[in-house]
Amino acid sequence: MKLIVAIIRPDRLNEVLEALYRAEVTGLTVSRVLGHGGETDRVETYRGTTVKVELQEKVRLEIGVSDPFVNVTISAIVAAAHTGEVGDGKVFVMDVEQVHRIRTGERDEGAVTPAVAV
Amino acid sequence: MTRPPLLLALQDAAPAVVPADTAWMLVATALVLLMTPALAFFYGGLVRSKNSLNTMMMSFAALGVVGIVWALAAYSLAFSEGNALIGGTANFFLNGIGLEAQGTIPQILFLIYQGTFAIITAALISGAVVERMRFGPYVAFIALWTLLVYAPMAHWVWGGGWLMTRGVLDFAGGTVVHINAGVSALVAALVLGVRKDYGRQAILPHNVPFVLLGAGLLWFGWFGFNGGSALAANELAALAFSNTALAPMATLVVWVFLDYFRTGRATAVGGATAIVVGLVAITPAAGFVSPSAALLLGGIAALPSYFVIVARSRTRLDDSLDVFAGHGIGGITGALLTGVFAEKAWNAAGADGLLAGNPAQLVTQALGVGSAIVYSAVATFALLKVLGFVTALRAAPRTEGMGMDVSQHGEEAYASGEGSILVIHEAGPDSTPAPVLTPQTAAR
Repeated sequence: MKLIVAIIRPDRLNEVLEALYRAEVTGLTVSRVLGHGGETDRVETYRGTTVKVELQEKVRLEIGVSDPFVNVTISAIVAAAHTGEVGDGKVFVMDVEQVHRIRTGERDEGAVTPAVAV
Repeated sequence: MTRPPLLLALQDAAPAVVPADTAWMLVATALVLLMTPALAFFYGGLVRSKNSLNTMMMSFAALGVVGIVWALAAYSLAFSEGNALIGGTANFFLNGIGLEAQGTIPQILFLIYQGTFAIITAALISGAVVERMRFGPYVAFIALWTLLVYAPMAHWVWGGGWLMTRGVLDFAGGTVVHINAGVSALVAALVLGVRKDYGRQAILPHNVPFVLLGAGLLWFGWFGFNGGSALAANELAALAFSNTALAPMATLVVWVFLDYFRTGRATAVGGATAIVVGLVAITPAAGFVSPSAALLLGGIAALPSYFVIVARSRTRLDDSLDVFAGHGIGGITGALLTGVFAEKAWNAAGADGLLAGNPAQLVTQALGVGSAIVYSAVATFALLKVLGFVTALRAAPRTEGMGMDVSQHGEEAYASGEGSILVIHEAGPDSTPAPVLTPQTAAR
Protein backbone atom coordinates (compact mmCIF):
# COMPACT_ATOMS: atom_id res chain seq x y z
CA MET A 1 0.00 0.00 0.00
CA LYS A 2 1.64 3.17 -1.24
CA LEU A 3 0.82 6.79 -1.85
CA ILE A 4 1.98 7.90 -5.28
CA VAL A 5 2.44 11.64 -5.78
CA ALA A 6 3.16 12.77 -9.31
CA ILE A 7 3.96 16.28 -10.53
CA ILE A 8 3.26 16.60 -14.26
CA ARG A 9 2.73 19.17 -17.00
CA PRO A 10 -0.85 20.50 -17.20
CA ASP A 11 -1.00 19.75 -20.93
CA ARG A 12 -0.18 16.07 -20.28
CA LEU A 13 -2.96 15.64 -17.71
CA ASN A 14 -5.48 14.23 -20.16
CA GLU A 15 -3.02 11.70 -21.52
CA VAL A 16 -2.08 10.62 -17.98
CA LEU A 17 -5.72 10.27 -16.91
CA GLU A 18 -6.37 8.22 -20.02
CA ALA A 19 -3.40 5.96 -19.27
CA LEU A 20 -4.48 5.50 -15.65
CA TYR A 21 -8.00 4.68 -16.74
CA ARG A 22 -6.64 2.04 -19.15
CA ALA A 23 -4.52 0.60 -16.32
CA GLU A 24 -7.71 0.37 -14.24
CA VAL A 25 -6.37 2.71 -11.61
CA THR A 26 -9.42 4.43 -10.20
CA GLY A 27 -9.64 7.04 -7.49
CA LEU A 28 -7.24 9.93 -7.43
CA THR A 29 -6.91 13.56 -6.40
CA VAL A 30 -5.74 16.27 -8.79
CA SER A 31 -4.61 19.76 -7.84
CA ARG A 32 -3.13 22.68 -9.74
CA VAL A 33 0.19 23.74 -8.27
CA LEU A 34 3.08 26.06 -9.08
CA GLY A 35 6.60 24.73 -9.25
CA HIS A 36 10.00 24.88 -10.78
CA GLY A 37 11.97 21.99 -12.21
CA GLY A 38 14.93 23.70 -13.81
CA GLU A 39 13.26 24.58 -17.10
CA THR A 40 14.10 27.81 -18.90
CA ASP A 41 12.33 30.84 -17.52
CA ARG A 42 9.56 32.26 -19.60
CA VAL A 43 9.70 36.00 -20.26
CA GLU A 44 6.51 38.03 -20.46
CA THR A 45 6.13 41.74 -21.14
CA TYR A 46 3.18 43.93 -20.18
CA ARG A 47 3.69 47.42 -21.59
CA GLY A 48 7.00 48.43 -20.04
CA THR A 49 7.10 45.74 -17.39
CA THR A 50 9.11 42.64 -18.20
CA VAL A 51 8.91 39.66 -15.90
CA LYS A 52 10.54 36.27 -15.74
CA VAL A 53 8.00 33.63 -14.84
CA GLU A 54 10.01 31.29 -12.65
CA LEU A 55 7.20 29.17 -11.27
CA GLN A 56 5.41 27.13 -13.89
CA GLU A 57 1.94 25.73 -13.62
CA LYS A 58 2.01 22.03 -12.82
CA VAL A 59 -0.54 19.43 -11.88
CA ARG A 60 -0.15 17.20 -8.84
CA LEU A 61 -1.77 13.78 -8.72
CA GLU A 62 -2.20 11.87 -5.48
CA ILE A 63 -3.09 8.21 -5.79
CA GLY A 64 -3.36 5.60 -3.05
CA VAL A 65 -2.76 2.11 -4.48
CA SER A 66 -2.43 -1.46 -3.26
CA ASP A 67 0.96 -3.10 -3.69
CA PRO A 68 0.24 -4.98 -6.94
CA PHE A 69 -0.73 -1.69 -8.54
CA VAL A 70 2.31 0.37 -7.62
CA ASN A 71 4.39 -0.40 -10.69
CA VAL A 72 1.40 -0.35 -13.03
CA THR A 73 0.53 3.13 -11.86
CA ILE A 74 4.08 4.47 -12.02
CA SER A 75 4.69 3.21 -15.54
CA ALA A 76 1.35 4.54 -16.76
CA ILE A 77 2.17 8.01 -15.44
CA VAL A 78 5.76 8.05 -16.69
CA ALA A 79 4.83 6.86 -20.16
CA ALA A 80 1.97 9.32 -20.56
CA ALA A 81 3.64 12.39 -19.03
CA HIS A 82 6.95 12.04 -20.89
CA THR A 83 7.90 14.62 -23.52
CA GLY A 84 11.69 14.44 -23.12
CA GLU A 85 12.12 18.11 -22.32
CA VAL A 86 13.12 19.71 -19.03
CA GLY A 87 10.07 20.17 -16.82
CA ASP A 88 8.30 16.86 -17.39
CA GLY A 89 7.92 16.40 -13.64
CA LYS A 90 8.50 13.69 -11.03
CA VAL A 91 6.84 10.72 -9.40
CA PHE A 92 7.24 10.15 -5.66
CA VAL A 93 6.27 6.89 -3.97
CA MET A 94 5.65 6.83 -0.23
CA ASP A 95 4.74 4.26 2.34
CA VAL A 96 1.34 4.69 3.90
CA GLU A 97 0.61 3.78 7.51
CA GLN A 98 -3.15 3.65 7.39
CA VAL A 99 -6.00 4.35 4.99
CA HIS A 100 -9.65 4.71 5.98
CA ARG A 101 -12.53 4.86 3.58
CA ILE A 102 -14.86 7.33 5.24
CA ARG A 103 -18.10 6.05 3.73
CA THR A 104 -17.77 2.39 4.70
CA GLY A 105 -15.12 2.39 7.37
CA GLU A 106 -12.99 -0.03 5.26
CA ARG A 107 -9.31 0.07 6.07
CA ASP A 108 -5.99 -0.09 4.30
CA GLU A 109 -5.82 -2.36 1.23
CA GLY A 110 -9.61 -2.43 1.14
CA ALA A 111 -9.76 1.34 0.95
CA VAL A 112 -7.36 2.05 -1.95
CA THR A 113 -7.20 1.34 -5.66
CA PRO A 114 -8.39 -1.16 -6.51
CA ALA A 115 -10.73 -2.54 -3.91
CA VAL A 116 -9.87 -6.04 -5.16
CA ALA A 117 -6.45 -6.60 -6.67
CA VAL A 118 -6.51 -8.30 -10.05
CA MET B 1 -39.35 69.26 -48.49
CA THR B 2 -37.20 67.89 -45.75
CA ARG B 3 -34.31 67.03 -48.03
CA PRO B 4 -33.83 69.68 -50.68
CA PRO B 5 -30.05 69.16 -50.90
CA LEU B 6 -30.54 65.49 -51.78
CA LEU B 7 -33.05 66.34 -54.48
CA LEU B 8 -30.66 68.91 -55.86
CA ALA B 9 -27.91 66.34 -55.78
CA LEU B 10 -30.01 63.97 -57.82
CA GLN B 11 -30.90 66.63 -60.35
CA ASP B 12 -27.58 68.35 -60.77
CA ALA B 13 -24.67 66.87 -62.63
CA ALA B 14 -22.25 67.63 -59.79
CA PRO B 15 -23.38 65.80 -56.63
CA ALA B 16 -23.22 67.58 -53.30
CA VAL B 17 -22.41 66.43 -49.79
CA VAL B 18 -25.54 66.26 -47.63
CA PRO B 19 -24.95 67.09 -43.95
CA ALA B 20 -27.66 64.78 -42.58
CA ASP B 21 -26.37 61.82 -44.56
CA THR B 22 -22.83 62.62 -43.53
CA ALA B 23 -23.82 62.78 -39.85
CA TRP B 24 -25.45 59.35 -39.98
CA MET B 25 -22.58 57.80 -41.92
CA LEU B 26 -20.04 59.16 -39.42
CA VAL B 27 -21.92 57.33 -36.67
CA ALA B 28 -22.47 54.22 -38.79
CA THR B 29 -18.76 53.98 -39.54
CA ALA B 30 -17.90 54.08 -35.85
CA LEU B 31 -20.55 51.42 -35.20
CA VAL B 32 -19.12 49.03 -37.78
CA LEU B 33 -15.58 49.58 -36.50
CA LEU B 34 -16.82 48.50 -33.04
CA MET B 35 -17.95 45.17 -34.49
CA THR B 36 -14.37 43.94 -34.75
CA PRO B 37 -13.55 44.35 -31.03
CA ALA B 38 -17.01 42.84 -30.43
CA LEU B 39 -16.02 39.85 -32.54
CA ALA B 40 -12.82 39.60 -30.50
CA PHE B 41 -14.94 39.16 -27.36
CA PHE B 42 -17.31 36.73 -29.07
CA TYR B 43 -14.44 34.55 -30.32
CA GLY B 44 -12.23 35.16 -27.28
CA GLY B 45 -14.85 33.81 -24.91
CA LEU B 46 -15.36 30.67 -26.99
CA VAL B 47 -11.75 29.45 -26.80
CA ARG B 48 -9.72 28.06 -23.90
CA SER B 49 -8.16 30.64 -21.57
CA LYS B 50 -4.61 29.80 -22.72
CA ASN B 51 -5.55 30.95 -26.25
CA SER B 52 -7.89 33.82 -25.43
CA LEU B 53 -5.48 36.72 -26.03
CA ASN B 54 -4.24 35.25 -29.30
CA THR B 55 -7.81 34.78 -30.48
CA MET B 56 -8.72 38.36 -29.59
CA MET B 57 -5.52 39.67 -31.17
CA MET B 58 -6.46 37.96 -34.44
CA SER B 59 -9.43 40.34 -34.64
CA PHE B 60 -7.51 43.37 -33.39
CA ALA B 61 -4.69 42.70 -35.88
CA ALA B 62 -7.21 43.10 -38.71
CA LEU B 63 -8.01 46.60 -37.40
CA GLY B 64 -4.44 47.56 -38.19
CA VAL B 65 -3.25 45.51 -41.13
CA VAL B 66 -6.45 45.13 -43.15
CA GLY B 67 -7.33 48.78 -42.57
CA ILE B 68 -4.01 49.92 -44.03
CA VAL B 69 -4.16 47.49 -46.97
CA TRP B 70 -7.66 48.76 -47.66
CA ALA B 71 -6.69 52.42 -47.66
CA LEU B 72 -3.55 51.96 -49.75
CA ALA B 73 -4.73 49.52 -52.42
CA ALA B 74 -7.78 47.33 -51.83
CA TYR B 75 -10.28 50.22 -51.89
CA SER B 76 -9.12 51.18 -55.36
CA LEU B 77 -9.36 47.59 -56.60
CA ALA B 78 -12.91 47.38 -55.26
CA PHE B 79 -14.45 50.75 -56.03
CA SER B 80 -12.50 52.71 -58.64
CA GLU B 81 -13.28 52.55 -62.37
CA GLY B 82 -12.24 49.21 -63.79
CA ASN B 83 -13.58 46.28 -65.76
CA ALA B 84 -16.22 43.69 -64.82
CA LEU B 85 -13.78 41.67 -62.70
CA ILE B 86 -11.60 44.18 -60.88
CA GLY B 87 -11.40 47.91 -60.21
CA GLY B 88 -8.55 50.10 -61.30
CA THR B 89 -5.47 51.53 -59.63
CA ALA B 90 -6.60 55.16 -59.83
CA ASN B 91 -7.04 55.48 -56.06
CA PHE B 92 -3.92 53.57 -54.97
CA PHE B 93 -2.17 55.15 -51.98
CA LEU B 94 -5.24 57.32 -51.29
CA ASN B 95 -4.64 59.09 -54.58
CA GLY B 96 -7.51 61.35 -55.54
CA ILE B 97 -9.46 60.63 -52.36
CA GLY B 98 -10.80 63.89 -51.03
CA LEU B 99 -13.80 65.54 -49.48
CA GLU B 100 -15.88 65.80 -52.64
CA ALA B 101 -19.16 63.89 -52.71
CA GLN B 102 -19.34 60.18 -53.37
CA GLY B 103 -23.12 59.85 -53.49
CA THR B 104 -24.04 62.35 -50.83
CA ILE B 105 -21.17 61.84 -48.38
CA PRO B 106 -17.50 62.83 -48.59
CA GLN B 107 -15.48 60.25 -50.49
CA ILE B 108 -12.96 59.75 -47.67
CA LEU B 109 -15.84 58.83 -45.35
CA PHE B 110 -17.09 56.30 -47.91
CA LEU B 111 -13.59 54.79 -48.05
CA ILE B 112 -13.33 54.47 -44.27
CA TYR B 113 -16.89 53.12 -43.98
CA GLN B 114 -16.11 50.40 -46.54
CA GLY B 115 -12.77 49.79 -44.81
CA THR B 116 -14.54 48.77 -41.60
CA PHE B 117 -16.32 46.07 -43.66
CA ALA B 118 -13.06 44.73 -45.03
CA ILE B 119 -11.62 44.61 -41.50
CA ILE B 120 -14.44 42.60 -39.94
CA THR B 121 -14.64 40.23 -42.92
CA ALA B 122 -10.99 39.23 -42.59
CA ALA B 123 -11.32 38.94 -38.82
CA LEU B 124 -14.31 36.60 -39.18
CA ILE B 125 -12.12 33.96 -40.83
CA SER B 126 -9.90 33.73 -37.75
CA GLY B 127 -12.58 31.74 -35.93
CA ALA B 128 -11.75 28.71 -38.08
CA VAL B 129 -8.03 28.66 -37.33
CA VAL B 130 -7.85 29.69 -33.67
CA GLU B 131 -5.72 27.85 -31.10
CA ARG B 132 -3.20 26.64 -33.70
CA MET B 133 -2.30 29.14 -36.45
CA ARG B 134 0.91 31.11 -35.95
CA PHE B 135 0.36 34.84 -35.58
CA GLY B 136 2.81 36.05 -38.23
CA PRO B 137 1.48 33.88 -41.08
CA TYR B 138 -2.07 34.78 -39.98
CA VAL B 139 -1.34 38.50 -40.33
CA ALA B 140 0.22 37.94 -43.75
CA PHE B 141 -2.79 35.85 -44.74
CA ILE B 142 -5.45 38.44 -43.88
CA ALA B 143 -3.47 41.22 -45.58
CA LEU B 144 -3.14 39.27 -48.84
CA TRP B 145 -6.67 37.87 -48.56
CA THR B 146 -8.10 41.41 -48.41
CA LEU B 147 -6.26 42.28 -51.59
CA LEU B 148 -6.82 39.07 -53.56
CA VAL B 149 -10.20 37.79 -52.36
CA TYR B 150 -12.16 40.55 -50.64
CA ALA B 151 -11.43 43.46 -53.02
CA PRO B 152 -12.39 41.62 -56.23
CA MET B 153 -15.61 40.29 -54.72
CA ALA B 154 -16.56 43.72 -53.35
CA HIS B 155 -16.00 45.03 -56.88
CA TRP B 156 -18.20 42.32 -58.42
CA VAL B 157 -21.15 43.05 -56.16
CA TRP B 158 -20.86 46.72 -55.23
CA GLY B 159 -18.18 48.36 -57.37
CA GLY B 160 -19.81 47.98 -60.77
CA GLY B 161 -18.58 44.44 -61.45
CA TRP B 162 -20.35 41.64 -63.28
CA LEU B 163 -22.63 40.45 -60.43
CA MET B 164 -23.88 44.01 -59.93
CA THR B 165 -24.77 44.36 -63.61
CA ARG B 166 -26.64 41.05 -63.48
CA GLY B 167 -28.84 42.40 -60.69
CA VAL B 168 -27.69 40.32 -57.72
CA LEU B 169 -29.16 41.87 -54.59
CA ASP B 170 -26.78 42.17 -51.65
CA PHE B 171 -27.79 45.07 -49.48
CA ALA B 172 -25.00 45.10 -46.90
CA GLY B 173 -22.69 42.21 -47.68
CA GLY B 174 -24.30 38.80 -47.34
CA THR B 175 -22.23 37.63 -50.30
CA VAL B 176 -19.15 39.82 -50.09
CA VAL B 177 -18.75 39.59 -46.32
CA HIS B 178 -20.45 36.51 -44.97
CA ILE B 179 -20.44 33.86 -47.68
CA ASN B 180 -16.94 35.01 -48.57
CA ALA B 181 -15.64 34.80 -44.99
CA GLY B 182 -17.57 31.59 -44.24
CA VAL B 183 -16.27 29.68 -47.25
CA SER B 184 -12.72 30.96 -46.73
CA ALA B 185 -12.96 29.85 -43.12
CA LEU B 186 -14.01 26.36 -44.18
CA VAL B 187 -11.07 26.13 -46.58
CA ALA B 188 -8.66 27.52 -43.98
CA ALA B 189 -9.81 24.95 -41.42
CA LEU B 190 -9.22 22.16 -43.95
CA VAL B 191 -5.76 23.42 -44.93
CA LEU B 192 -4.65 23.99 -41.33
CA GLY B 193 -6.00 20.67 -40.04
CA VAL B 194 -7.53 19.81 -36.68
CA ARG B 195 -6.25 21.06 -33.35
CA LYS B 196 -4.24 18.38 -31.57
CA ASP B 197 -6.83 18.04 -28.80
CA TYR B 198 -9.82 18.13 -31.17
CA GLY B 199 -12.08 15.12 -30.74
CA ARG B 200 -9.81 13.75 -27.99
CA GLN B 201 -10.68 15.93 -25.05
CA ALA B 202 -13.29 18.48 -24.10
CA ILE B 203 -12.48 21.91 -25.50
CA LEU B 204 -14.86 24.29 -23.76
CA PRO B 205 -15.51 28.05 -23.94
CA HIS B 206 -13.52 29.70 -21.17
CA ASN B 207 -15.76 32.74 -20.70
CA VAL B 208 -19.40 32.54 -21.77
CA PRO B 209 -20.20 36.07 -20.48
CA PHE B 210 -17.61 37.35 -23.02
CA VAL B 211 -19.49 35.50 -25.74
CA LEU B 212 -22.75 37.20 -24.76
CA LEU B 213 -21.03 40.59 -24.49
CA GLY B 214 -19.55 40.12 -27.94
CA ALA B 215 -22.89 39.07 -29.47
CA GLY B 216 -24.61 42.10 -27.92
CA LEU B 217 -21.99 44.52 -29.20
CA LEU B 218 -22.07 42.89 -32.64
CA TRP B 219 -25.81 43.51 -32.81
CA PHE B 220 -25.27 47.15 -31.78
CA GLY B 221 -22.57 47.62 -34.42
CA TRP B 222 -24.66 45.87 -37.05
CA PHE B 223 -27.11 48.80 -37.08
CA GLY B 224 -24.29 50.74 -38.69
CA PHE B 225 -23.45 47.84 -40.97
CA ASN B 226 -26.97 47.44 -42.41
CA GLY B 227 -28.51 50.83 -41.63
CA GLY B 228 -25.42 52.56 -42.97
CA SER B 229 -25.52 50.58 -46.20
CA ALA B 230 -28.28 52.93 -47.34
CA LEU B 231 -25.39 55.44 -47.46
CA ALA B 232 -27.87 58.12 -46.43
CA ALA B 233 -30.11 59.14 -43.52
CA ASN B 234 -33.37 58.26 -45.22
CA GLU B 235 -36.35 55.87 -45.25
CA LEU B 236 -34.21 53.07 -46.65
CA ALA B 237 -31.81 53.36 -43.71
CA ALA B 238 -34.78 53.18 -41.33
CA LEU B 239 -36.04 50.03 -43.09
CA ALA B 240 -32.64 48.31 -42.99
CA PHE B 241 -32.16 49.39 -39.37
CA SER B 242 -35.55 48.03 -38.29
CA ASN B 243 -35.07 44.76 -40.14
CA THR B 244 -31.69 44.41 -38.40
CA ALA B 245 -33.52 44.59 -35.09
CA LEU B 246 -36.35 42.23 -36.06
CA ALA B 247 -34.65 39.32 -37.83
CA PRO B 248 -32.23 38.30 -35.04
CA MET B 249 -35.09 38.45 -32.53
CA ALA B 250 -36.84 35.70 -34.49
CA THR B 251 -33.62 33.71 -34.94
CA LEU B 252 -32.94 33.92 -31.22
CA VAL B 253 -36.36 32.59 -30.27
CA VAL B 254 -36.39 29.78 -32.84
CA TRP B 255 -32.83 28.75 -31.97
CA VAL B 256 -33.53 28.62 -28.25
CA PHE B 257 -36.59 26.44 -28.92
CA LEU B 258 -34.48 24.12 -31.09
CA ASP B 259 -31.93 23.92 -28.27
CA TYR B 260 -34.67 23.28 -25.77
CA PHE B 261 -36.30 20.48 -27.73
CA ARG B 262 -33.01 18.82 -28.64
CA THR B 263 -31.15 19.03 -25.32
CA GLY B 264 -33.79 20.09 -22.81
CA ARG B 265 -31.92 23.32 -22.03
CA ALA B 266 -31.91 26.85 -23.44
CA THR B 267 -28.18 27.59 -23.70
CA ALA B 268 -26.42 30.95 -23.51
CA VAL B 269 -23.80 30.10 -26.13
CA GLY B 270 -26.65 28.98 -28.39
CA GLY B 271 -28.47 32.26 -27.85
CA ALA B 272 -25.37 34.30 -28.66
CA THR B 273 -24.75 32.24 -31.80
CA ALA B 274 -28.39 32.68 -32.85
CA ILE B 275 -28.11 36.47 -32.70
CA VAL B 276 -25.09 36.42 -35.00
CA VAL B 277 -26.76 34.00 -37.44
CA GLY B 278 -29.87 36.20 -37.56
CA LEU B 279 -27.75 39.28 -38.23
CA VAL B 280 -25.85 37.49 -40.98
CA ALA B 281 -29.04 36.29 -42.65
CA ILE B 282 -30.74 39.69 -42.72
CA THR B 283 -27.61 41.45 -44.03
CA PRO B 284 -28.22 40.92 -47.79
CA ALA B 285 -31.98 41.46 -47.39
CA ALA B 286 -32.11 44.37 -44.93
CA GLY B 287 -33.03 47.11 -47.43
CA PHE B 288 -35.07 44.99 -49.83
CA VAL B 289 -37.71 43.20 -47.71
CA SER B 290 -40.63 44.19 -45.52
CA PRO B 291 -40.31 44.11 -41.71
CA SER B 292 -42.69 41.14 -41.48
CA ALA B 293 -40.59 39.29 -44.08
CA ALA B 294 -37.51 40.11 -41.94
CA LEU B 295 -39.10 38.37 -38.95
CA LEU B 296 -39.90 35.34 -41.08
CA LEU B 297 -36.47 35.32 -42.69
CA GLY B 298 -34.79 35.48 -39.28
CA GLY B 299 -36.84 32.58 -37.97
CA ILE B 300 -36.17 30.38 -41.00
CA ALA B 301 -32.45 31.18 -40.96
CA ALA B 302 -32.04 29.51 -37.56
CA LEU B 303 -32.69 26.04 -38.99
CA PRO B 304 -29.89 25.40 -41.53
CA SER B 305 -27.15 26.95 -39.39
CA TYR B 306 -28.32 25.13 -36.28
CA PHE B 307 -28.23 21.70 -37.86
CA VAL B 308 -24.95 22.33 -39.69
CA ILE B 309 -23.35 23.20 -36.34
CA VAL B 310 -24.72 20.02 -34.75
CA ALA B 311 -23.51 17.89 -37.67
CA ARG B 312 -20.13 19.64 -38.05
CA SER B 313 -19.09 19.01 -34.47
CA ARG B 314 -19.35 15.26 -35.12
CA THR B 315 -16.92 15.36 -38.02
CA ARG B 316 -13.15 15.73 -38.27
CA LEU B 317 -13.62 19.20 -39.74
CA ASP B 318 -12.25 21.57 -37.12
CA ASP B 319 -13.88 24.85 -38.14
CA SER B 320 -13.29 25.67 -34.50
CA LEU B 321 -15.81 28.44 -33.91
CA ASP B 322 -18.23 27.39 -36.68
CA VAL B 323 -17.59 30.33 -38.97
CA PHE B 324 -18.89 28.36 -41.95
CA ALA B 325 -22.11 27.30 -40.23
CA GLY B 326 -22.74 30.81 -38.90
CA HIS B 327 -21.56 33.06 -41.70
CA GLY B 328 -21.36 30.75 -44.71
CA ILE B 329 -24.65 28.93 -44.24
CA GLY B 330 -26.32 31.98 -42.66
CA GLY B 331 -25.14 34.12 -45.58
CA ILE B 332 -26.34 31.63 -48.20
CA THR B 333 -29.74 31.34 -46.49
CA GLY B 334 -30.04 35.13 -46.35
CA ALA B 335 -28.93 35.68 -49.95
CA LEU B 336 -31.41 33.09 -51.28
CA LEU B 337 -34.27 34.31 -49.08
CA THR B 338 -33.61 37.84 -50.37
CA GLY B 339 -34.62 36.45 -53.74
CA VAL B 340 -37.80 35.10 -52.15
CA PHE B 341 -38.94 38.05 -50.02
CA ALA B 342 -37.67 41.14 -51.90
CA GLU B 343 -40.36 43.66 -52.84
CA LYS B 344 -40.10 46.74 -55.02
CA ALA B 345 -42.89 48.19 -52.89
CA TRP B 346 -40.34 48.62 -50.09
CA ASN B 347 -37.34 49.58 -52.21
CA ALA B 348 -37.92 50.74 -55.76
CA ALA B 349 -34.21 50.44 -56.50
CA GLY B 350 -34.33 46.75 -55.56
CA ALA B 351 -36.28 43.99 -57.29
CA ASP B 352 -39.28 41.79 -56.77
CA GLY B 353 -38.58 38.33 -55.44
CA LEU B 354 -40.30 34.95 -55.78
CA LEU B 355 -43.26 35.84 -53.56
CA ALA B 356 -43.82 39.07 -55.48
CA GLY B 357 -44.07 37.05 -58.68
CA ASN B 358 -40.48 37.17 -59.94
CA PRO B 359 -38.85 33.72 -59.57
CA ALA B 360 -35.98 34.84 -61.81
CA GLN B 361 -34.58 36.89 -58.90
CA LEU B 362 -34.06 33.67 -56.93
CA VAL B 363 -31.98 32.29 -59.81
CA THR B 364 -29.98 35.53 -59.92
CA GLN B 365 -29.35 35.26 -56.17
CA ALA B 366 -28.21 31.64 -56.59
CA LEU B 367 -25.75 32.81 -59.25
CA GLY B 368 -24.30 35.31 -56.78
CA VAL B 369 -24.04 32.66 -54.06
CA GLY B 370 -22.47 30.09 -56.39
CA SER B 371 -19.83 32.38 -57.81
CA ALA B 372 -18.92 33.69 -54.35
CA ILE B 373 -18.45 30.13 -53.07
CA VAL B 374 -16.29 29.07 -56.01
CA TYR B 375 -14.03 32.13 -56.12
CA SER B 376 -13.63 32.35 -52.36
CA ALA B 377 -12.78 28.65 -52.02
CA VAL B 378 -10.31 28.50 -54.89
CA ALA B 379 -8.53 31.78 -54.14
CA THR B 380 -8.25 31.13 -50.40
CA PHE B 381 -6.96 27.61 -50.98
CA ALA B 382 -4.29 28.84 -53.40
CA LEU B 383 -3.26 31.69 -51.09
CA LEU B 384 -2.89 29.42 -48.04
CA LYS B 385 -0.95 26.80 -50.04
CA VAL B 386 1.51 29.42 -51.26
CA LEU B 387 1.90 30.89 -47.77
CA GLY B 388 2.32 27.39 -46.34
CA PHE B 389 5.10 26.80 -48.83
CA VAL B 390 6.94 29.90 -47.62
CA THR B 391 6.48 29.34 -43.89
CA ALA B 392 4.82 27.00 -41.40
CA LEU B 393 1.19 28.03 -40.87
CA ARG B 394 0.74 25.98 -37.72
CA ALA B 395 2.39 26.11 -34.34
CA ALA B 396 4.30 22.99 -33.24
CA PRO B 397 2.25 20.57 -31.10
CA ARG B 398 4.25 21.48 -27.97
CA THR B 399 3.56 25.17 -28.56
CA GLU B 400 -0.08 24.43 -29.17
CA GLY B 401 -0.21 22.53 -25.87
CA MET B 402 1.43 25.40 -24.01
CA GLY B 403 -1.09 27.81 -25.47
CA MET B 404 -0.88 30.51 -28.09
CA ASP B 405 -0.99 33.44 -25.64
CA VAL B 406 2.35 32.69 -24.04
CA SER B 407 3.99 31.37 -27.21
CA GLN B 408 2.85 34.03 -29.70
CA HIS B 409 2.47 37.10 -27.51
CA GLY B 410 4.46 36.49 -24.30
CA GLU B 411 1.42 37.37 -22.21
CA GLU B 412 -1.26 35.59 -20.26
CA ALA B 413 -4.90 36.68 -20.18
CA TYR B 414 -5.24 35.93 -16.49
CA ALA B 415 -1.74 36.33 -15.07
CA SER B 416 -1.57 35.89 -11.32
CA GLY B 417 1.91 37.30 -10.96
CA GLU B 418 2.83 34.42 -8.63
CA GLY B 419 6.31 33.20 -9.35
CA SER B 420 7.09 36.16 -11.59
CA ILE B 421 10.24 38.13 -11.04
CA LEU B 422 10.62 41.71 -12.23
CA VAL B 423 13.50 42.07 -14.66
CA ILE B 424 15.58 45.15 -13.85
CA HIS B 425 18.27 45.78 -16.37
CA GLU B 426 21.82 46.08 -15.10
CA ALA B 427 24.51 47.03 -17.56
CA GLY B 428 26.82 44.02 -17.48
CA PRO B 429 30.49 44.09 -18.48
CA ASP B 430 29.72 42.47 -21.82
CA SER B 431 26.84 44.72 -22.73
CA THR B 432 27.40 47.00 -25.67
CA PRO B 433 27.57 50.70 -24.81
CA ALA B 434 24.01 50.80 -23.69
CA PRO B 435 21.68 53.23 -25.40
CA VAL B 436 18.42 53.97 -23.63
CA LEU B 437 17.74 50.65 -21.95
CA THR B 438 14.28 49.32 -22.37
CA PRO B 439 12.90 46.33 -20.56
CA GLN B 440 12.65 44.63 -23.95
CA THR B 441 16.36 44.73 -24.51
CA ALA B 442 16.87 43.46 -20.98
CA ALA B 443 14.60 40.55 -21.63
CA ARG B 444 16.88 39.12 -24.28
